[in-house]
Amino acid sequence: MGQEESRPNARPVVSIKNARKSFGGVEVLKGVTLEVRPGETVAVIGASGGGKSTLLRCATLLEKLDGGSLSYGDIAVAREQGGRTVYAAPSAQRAARERFGLVFQNYNLFPHYTVMKNITDAPLSVQKRPRGEVEQQARELIAKMGLEGCEDKVPCQLSGGQQQRVSIARALAMNPEVMYFDEPTSALDPELTAEVLKVIKLLAAENMTMVVVTHEMSFAREVADRVVFMDGGVVVEEGPADQVIDHPREARTQAFLRRISE
Amino acid sequence: MVGMLAEGFLVSMQIFALTLVGAIPLGIPVALARMSTFGVRVGRFKLRPLALIARFYISVMRGTPLMLQMFAIYFAPYYVFGIQLTADSKWYATIVAFIINYAAYFAEIYRSGIQSIPRGQYEAAEVLGYSRLQTFGKIVLPQVVKRILPAMGNEIITLVKDTSLAFAIGVAEMFSTARALVASQVSMMPFAIAAAFYWVFNFVVEIVLGRFEKRLDYYHD
Repeated sequence: MGQEESRPNARPVVSIKNARKSFGGVEVLKGVTLEVRPGETVAVIGASGGGKSTLLRCATLLEKLDGGSLSYGDIAVAREQGGRTVYAAPSAQRAARERFGLVFQNYNLFPHYTVMKNITDAPLSVQKRPRGEVEQQARELIAKMGLEGCEDKVPCQLSGGQQQRVSIARALAMNPEVMYFDEPTSALDPELTAEVLKVIKLLAAENMTMVVVTHEMSFAREVADRVVFMDGGVVVEEGPADQVIDHPREARTQAFLRRISE
Repeated sequence: MVGMLAEGFLVSMQIFALTLVGAIPLGIPVALARMSTFGVRVGRFKLRPLALIARFYISVMRGTPLMLQMFAIYFAPYYVFGIQLTADSKWYATIVAFIINYAAYFAEIYRSGIQSIPRGQYEAAEVLGYSRLQTFGKIVLPQVVKRILPAMGNEIITLVKDTSLAFAIGVAEMFSTARALVASQVSMMPFAIAAAFYWVFNFVVEIVLGRFEKRLDYYHD
């Protein structure tokens, strides 16, 4: 899909190098490097506990790296100094946050806000953009996500699939350069999964830069320009989908794919 | 007789209203201090002075009778600072004691509400770039209000009845008036009427709280 348009030589939108992270003495990331170029869709696959979600949480500044570096374009958010990661000033972290959006596994919508307010509040009160423009964009996003008629509903009145699409719209309304999805369909039944995957495919077709942590192999094969297989806190294998998913070279990748196809 | 009781009831209502006006906001900094992770290292231990002070404050306020707290606050200016007590001192001591006592209870209710908000709400707000103040004011607080309303209702109804404790210090609220009338008229009627006043007022409180709950019933989570 976006493969022809992605520019392999362009500067990466996000660059994570040699990322290391431990929780209570257990090393969850053992030196992970991931660079995503404009327009690229990267699918991150692997067993639970392999470090996929932690990688995403470090990339989105919800967790801090112990070692390694992180940058968004020209913003060096974290760099390694003497084996430890040093984070840039809060202002640089704020600037970096403007460049990405995150879609959570369990949506994390604001339950007391309507769909419209969930989408428009951060652009209005964080980015301080004019109301007219923000509401116009929100209406376009609502239409794009197939949520017409839901504007004034609150999250509890929506299905899980609709809630996840609202949370995608909420992230897109900030005009991010890269979108992260943390197992966006894990909380959904197959029917609702399909409608969420459909809108992610739509974004891929529009060359949105995306990193998707997923268990949906057919989806990864279909949309990903690149598939990254993580296991035991390292990237075991990466490459085009037909290579990593259909003709894996590494024994650990083969074992994982065999396990989930059973 | 009813007129005299009604006059006393107005005083009770002043204690009630002033306590709410003072304690509802005062509970917020107490709750935040109680949850604060700000700490200083003392040898091998990490001391959290704000949390410690708040815990001690809450413990004393909840662990000793409000009546004794009123006396302590009434006499402290004289015994500690040698300030001469005036006719108004009892009134001020009552209001101050009620406010700082109820603020402790409210703080614990606020804390339970704040701690019940899922982590994901904070994370979503953080990723969207909300400041800490915005996250608290726009995302957390409105959800906390809905969650704590039933518990606050309990305390508010208790407060209506607790105003009668002010009789111990000599404030002429309704219960003092009722006691005086019972003694002078050799009849239990004034007590019965006072009870009716409390109950009717609390009935109104219940209706008002019910309205609030209904207004916040537009969402569930």
